[in-house]
Amino acid sequence: MVRASATAGSVCRRWAALVALVVVAAPALADAPPGARASRVPQPAVTATAAGSCVEDTAFMRRNHMELIRHQRDLTVHEGIRTTKHSLANCVNCHADPKTGRVTGRKDAFCEGCHTYAAVKLDCFECHSDRAKAASTASVEKAK
Amino acid sequence: MSAAGPPQDAKGALSGGSAPASAAGAGTHRPKGVDHARRQILAWGAAMAGVAIAPGITLFDLAHGRPPSEPASRTKRWGMLVDVNRCAADCNACVVACDRENGLPATKTATSAQWIRKIELKDMRGGSKSLPMMCQHCAEPPCVDVCPTGASFKRADGIVLVDRHTCIGCRYCMMACPYKARSFVHEPVSDQKPDVPRGKGCVESCTLCVHRIDRDQLPACVEACAASGHHAILFGDLNDPGSEISKRIAAVATRQVRADLRLDTGVRYQGI
Repeated sequence: MVRASATAGSVCRRWAALVALVVVAAPALADAPPGARASRVPQPAVTATAAGSCVEDTAFMRRNHMELIRHQRDLTVHEGIRTTKHSLANCVNCHADPKTGRVTGRKDAFCEGCHTYAAVKLDCFECHSDRAKAASTASVEKAK
Repeated sequence: MSAAGPPQDAKGALSGGSAPASAAGAGTHRPKGVDHARRQILAWGAAMAGVAIAPGITLFDLAHGRPPSEPASRTKRWGMLVDVNRCAADCNACVVACDRENGLPATKTATSAQWIRKIELKDMRGGSKSLPMMCQHCAEPPCVDVCPTGASFKRADGIVLVDRHTCIGCRYCMMACPYKARSFVHEPVSDQKPDVPRGKGCVESCTLCVHRIDRDQLPACVEACAASGHHAILFGDLNDPGSEISKRIAAVATRQVRADLRLDTGVRYQGI
């Protein structure tokens, strides 16, 4: 009787360890780039090509990039503040596809790929240029 | 004594950068006094680079350097003075330069935007004069008064602009402007310049090349006019009594177009 309960206890512990492992690993798997694992849901077809790190944390940028560029746009247009850290031109310079030099125009382009996936209208580039400036100016602006 | 001030300051800034180069290149036998004299000449050169090389053109203007993180200052008021006697009737270098700088189409159609245009003034007694006409960057702009969304606004340094993010394309400002300076974009736009976003459904006009001013450069039309050899447009700070434009306005007879409307325009004309 005592022995049987001990066996049941060890089985329970093993299950608990497995569940704990899955719970811990799940966020890490979710952050893995698309294509790294088979997903049950469709993933955005974005190929991230920018070298180096973004101006802010990636998770923060995924949720808040629109707030940053909206804030920057008002500062630039109305006050003439032209810092490049959070400017749309800086985003485009880094994230443009190396082949096309653009962030739209293809299903896997950086901006268009994700916006198509999320079904969010992307109207920045009806007026703004979606092409990267020359590579030299891009690296200079990123350094600022 | 006061004349010796600037070169000494410039020498102080310059010597840090040039000392290793001169030590490496000039050899070790050069007497100290000669080296000092060379530095003095270099310092004078640096001081002279900020001085006007022609009316309205400086290599770099030491007066209005503004870092990109600082907002436009209320102490400035950017303006232009057009010397109509120097403006040639057969020249449209300013219009071409404006189109190129701001990404406007080179081939014009009936609906193309015009930020600057050459117009002909006919004298009743015969003869005519040619001059460029663009947004006059009024201190009391009627376009700002009538805008229902606040998209049409005047920047702190006196530049009148359209915020395309809030412009709904109602064209009320176009009707209010006495200079017909604004255009509506009727067609979809592609291949915009990174510094000059523009698109269908918004009203736009001369921005005084605000993106260039923020980088301490002259507006494209001013540069092009000087490059064509006419030097008809002078750009500068109307608020600064020591600026070239303020001195010229104080010295010669200048006019504002439709001065009777008392809009206090930033663009002034000489010779009309």
